[in-house]
Amino acid sequence: MPIIRLENVTHNYGDKTPLCVSAIKNINVAIEQGELVGIIGHTGSGKSTLVQHLNGLLAPTEGKVWIDGEDIWKNKKNIKNIRFKVGLCFQYPEYQLFEETVYQDIAFGPKNMKLSEEEIKQRVLEAADFVGLDRALLAKSPFDLSGGEKRRAAIAGVMAMKPKILVLDEPTAGLDPQGRDSILEMILHYKKVTGATVLLVTHSMEDVARVATRVLVMNRAQVVMYDTVKNVFAHSEELENMGLAVPQITRICRELNRRGLALEEGIYTVGDACAALLPLLKKGVG
Amino acid sequence: MVRDLTIGQYYPGHSLLHKTDPRVKIVLTLVFIFIIFFCQNFFSLGLMVAALFAGVALSRVPLKMLLKSMKAITFIILITALLNLAYTTSGNVLFSFKFFKITDEGVYTAVFVAVRILALIAGSALLTYTTTPTMLTDAIERLLKPLKLFHVPVHTLAMMMTLALRFIPTLIEEIDKIMNAQKARGADLESGGLMQRAKALVPILIPLFVSSFRRAYELAFAMECRCYTGGEGRTRMKQMKLKGLDSILIIGCALLLGGVIALNLLFKAYNLG
Amino acid sequence: MNIIEYKDVTFRYEGEDENHVLPLTIDGVTLNIEKGSFVAVLGRNGSGKSTFAKLANAIHLPESGQVLVEGLDTKEEKNTDLIRRKVGMVFQNPDNQIVATIVEDDVAFGPENLGVAPDEIRRRVDDSLKAVGMYDFRLAEPHKLSGGQKQRVAIAGILAMQTDCIVLDEPTAMLDPIGRREVLSTVLRLNRERGITVLLITHFMDEAAQAQRVIVLEKGKVLMDGTPRGVFAQPQALRRCGLDVPQATGLAKALADSGIKIKTDVLNEEECIEAILAARKE
Repeated sequence: MPIIRLENVTHNYGDKTPLCVSAIKNINVAIEQGELVGIIGHTGSGKSTLVQHLNGLLAPTEGKVWIDGEDIWKNKKNIKNIRFKVGLCFQYPEYQLFEETVYQDIAFGPKNMKLSEEEIKQRVLEAADFVGLDRALLAKSPFDLSGGEKRRAAIAGVMAMKPKILVLDEPTAGLDPQGRDSILEMILHYKKVTGATVLLVTHSMEDVARVATRVLVMNRAQVVMYDTVKNVFAHSEELENMGLAVPQITRICRELNRRGLALEEGIYTVGDACAALLPLLKKGVG
Repeated sequence: MVRDLTIGQYYPGHSLLHKTDPRVKIVLTLVFIFIIFFCQNFFSLGLMVAALFAGVALSRVPLKMLLKSMKAITFIILITALLNLAYTTSGNVLFSFKFFKITDEGVYTAVFVAVRILALIAGSALLTYTTTPTMLTDAIERLLKPLKLFHVPVHTLAMMMTLALRFIPTLIEEIDKIMNAQKARGADLESGGLMQRAKALVPILIPLFVSSFRRAYELAFAMECRCYTGGEGRTRMKQMKLKGLDSILIIGCALLLGGVIALNLLFKAYNLG
Repeated sequence: MNIIEYKDVTFRYEGEDENHVLPLTIDGVTLNIEKGSFVAVLGRNGSGKSTFAKLANAIHLPESGQVLVEGLDTKEEKNTDLIRRKVGMVFQNPDNQIVATIVEDDVAFGPENLGVAPDEIRRRVDDSLKAVGMYDFRLAEPHKLSGGQKQRVAIAGILAMQTDCIVLDEPTAMLDPIGRREVLSTVLRLNRERGITVLLITHFMDEAAQAQRVIVLEKGKVLMDGTPRGVFAQPQALRRCGLDVPQATGLAKALADSGIKIKTDVLNEEECIEAILAARKE
């Protein structure tokens, strides 16, 4: 059974007015437990609207959202519990910190879950470890942290709810290459320890190439592809036509292919490209 | 969505009223309001209503839009009219119940007051429908320039107004984002008593304050980098010059005032209150 | 000729009180920015690159040493205005630098502050908006534009002041790939066609690869300074300071490390493809 299932989901802004626009239209998709899905699409393609349906921040105008086998709008009073099951971390989450100490800020989610004081403490410490935040920082004010630390504290605030599904919107935006790597590492770490399903909304194809198991492509309010990373990047030209950038490596391999090197389609990491090229080039030498 | 949000209620167009100097429009709107209060009977008020309709025609703003802007104040008009109805005791009694009576004069007064308020609102709405907020602040700054002599920081006030207008949509978007983020962590903004609800606002207000100060700080740098040092020595790209059209409107308004005075005197017998 | 000269510059931010002295953010930087050049400054978050940029037009003043803009010392207050007429600045967050509620009014803001005559402002505003490809949006409200469009409006605002140099402090960090491309191609074109000096602070390697010169800052010091080709030839050193090389360079390097005889100082896709094809022929 898929952990996330969207059935004919449509969401209109300004419904029943002349200005009505569909942000997402007739979405059908099923995501299996334990996947790490990269969600890509240009600005305004409906990515944000889609993910806000998963934890009930938005209700579909039409269609049904099933999380863990449950129709989330069947019992409206229950919607808060869905938010603990599906942790959603927005873009630039560091701007949402507000408590006096980092500890209290991370504890905000678990507190709303009405957990015991002991359980909360355990959750906070665990979340701080997930994101590699030094425990000495927990007593500090979140506003005294560095930019990178703030980002990690904010992500810890979502991880502390231990969601079965973790959705992150552009978690690496504005970070340098090393910062990007360390955020991706901690997402992988969280997934490995908890077995969660992770959805990563991003503009960075390099991020997708590095960590995703599958890719969901959105274009003009619809899901146009949902497949393995390799199969999606094999359609690199289609992606470019939608205004999406594909990894530099994919474009290089595509061009080499066109110029007579028999490389398979959909290569997307430097390592894979190197491995594929080596036999061809060595043959040339020998 | 916020991207579609338009500040104020400007109705884009190229009509004569849109092209009128915003300073003239502001002054004439004030004059219009003044004349309306000056009307003492249905004849002079009728003249002003006719003038108002002429203005609407000149602006090419659909009547429907104008009516929409009045929806919000229907209640106030009703209350005012009812009060007038109840408190006017002179005139012929049409209906009475214990110490409560309704007179024909009361009915006239109630209708008169209602029409007067409607005309006031419609007149000022016409100004905001045909003038962008930027033009309004600009014009206000220029009109208030003489106050500088009394050390009123006119330019600073106008700049504050412009920046406020500029950042309203940005802040609305920001509040929306913060609210969603805290809701995603299980924050409950909708239920509980007054105290609980006030407390639930803390996770929203603090990030909002923090980010507003950050924005202010960055904006101040950006403005300094563009050599902003206050109003002294500044020029303006958009000049405001009175044109033939503007003088016609000014003269038209003066004639209206004359007409209202004449009608007030001519039909003195019908004057109300 | 140099437009900006850094002479043994140090800078530190003020601590909360006298007992709490923060370490130097800029630590002995000496370098010159040549007029008309396109220089990229790389460095991880917290390396001092943004502070470095803000020293260029007297937002920050050096603790010791000097920053000269066309010979004018930024430390002297009477120079501040003159310096800002020569060096304009575009910031990271597009929302926090647009002042007016209409695009063309915002572009006019700088020249209005300088006291330029109205007709001349109009001419400059139209010209600047055309130069960044935003003329058709001159009457739009800024909050309805995309991030890339807002940044181009901000650039037009600087152009209208007719500065010789534009300093851009991570202008693409908050943009999507389309916005990034729009901004970078605009800046490249202004440098090429109008001879405007560009100092681009970034942490995107592919953007730095398009500059004429790359400066790498680490802990407030200049770690590398050279052509992109020279700088990206040292991937290990770059990775040590939290950076990377463009994937094209990375691939050529990886092949070379596996024993293939291949040219490794490649910067972009085309050069990488040529190098691989050439390696096959050998």
